Amino acid sequence: MTYGIIRKDFVIPANDFTIAGEASSCVKKMLIQLGVDPQKVKKTAISMYEAEINAVIHANGGIAEVEIDRNKILIRIKDDGPGIPDLELAMQEGYTTAPDSIREMGFGAGMGLPNMRRYADKLEIRTEVGKGTIVEITVFLTDN
Amino acid sequence: MKARDILSVLDAEILTGDENLDMEFYAACGSDLMSDVMAYVKENVVLLTGLVNPQVIRTAEMMDIKLIVFIRGKRPEEKIVEMAREKGIAVMTTNHPMFIACGKLYSAGITERGVWD
Ligand SMILES: Nc1ncnc2c1ncn2[C@@H]1O[C@H](COP(=O)(O)OP(=O)(O)O)[C@@H](O)[C@H]1O
Ligand SMILES: [Mg+2]
Repeated sequence: MTYGIIRKDFVIPANDFTIAGEASSCVKKMLIQLGVDPQKVKKTAISMYEAEINAVIHANGGIAEVEIDRNKILIRIKDDGPGIPDLELAMQEGYTTAPDSIREMGFGAGMGLPNMRRYADKLEIRTEVGKGTIVEITVFLTDN
Repeated sequence: MKARDILSVLDAEILTGDENLDMEFYAACGSDLMSDVMAYVKENVVLLTGLVNPQVIRTAEMMDIKLIVFIRGKRPEEKIVEMAREKGIAVMTTNHPMFIACGKLYSAGITERGVWD
């Protein structure tokens, strides 16, 4: 791939579950077009999608900032939601505060953050109660 | 197993994706929880689900899943079928419940398991 750096921002609308995932879908298409390895595309798409869904169901939406250069894909999902009081607990498989109404729509199994950790090469989360959450997902494109 | 064989084993109806009928599937994932589906690491997977909403199609898109079977006679509305069509995902519907549908596919040879770490 011969390009410098690609930057793209997306708005993640609040409370619209039907269109949640639109940003991740766009990014996936972008990565395919850039010729990124399919396994890396999949890792990125799944992690970003989980983070996007979280912003919708837990934090009234937010924004996604995407940066791609020759070494890595960086996805930053930011929200002004309630924050996560105990991040270590939230990272555990099965831990969820989502109501049944969310589970009826197929989410809220408490597997979102664990999935991000499973698929991202690097996962950084900064969160403050009452302020919001920033989830940063990195997938490396080169081996070094 | 080819998608067209899955169609007949499950006495299913195809709603979109005739062009995927000759694709091969080696593993299946049956779930109504999409994050569980995304924890399932495997290629050439058919997704069986009783959940009907746009996020099922999205999940399949992210996972590179090319065939979704809605069980228990669930029939997605045209908007959802259209979304799958755009993404090159085949959609079937069967009257069998989840357990029977999975059992039929397993007996017919879809026995590979996914990997959870
Ligand atoms: N962006 C966020 N804002 C506030 N809380 C969050 C956010 N993301 C995750 N959480 C909290 O962490 C928990 C676990 O998240 P996750 O593993 O994705 O599971 P789930 O979304 O299924 O509940 C959530 O139930 C919620 O309490
Ligand atoms: Mg989640």
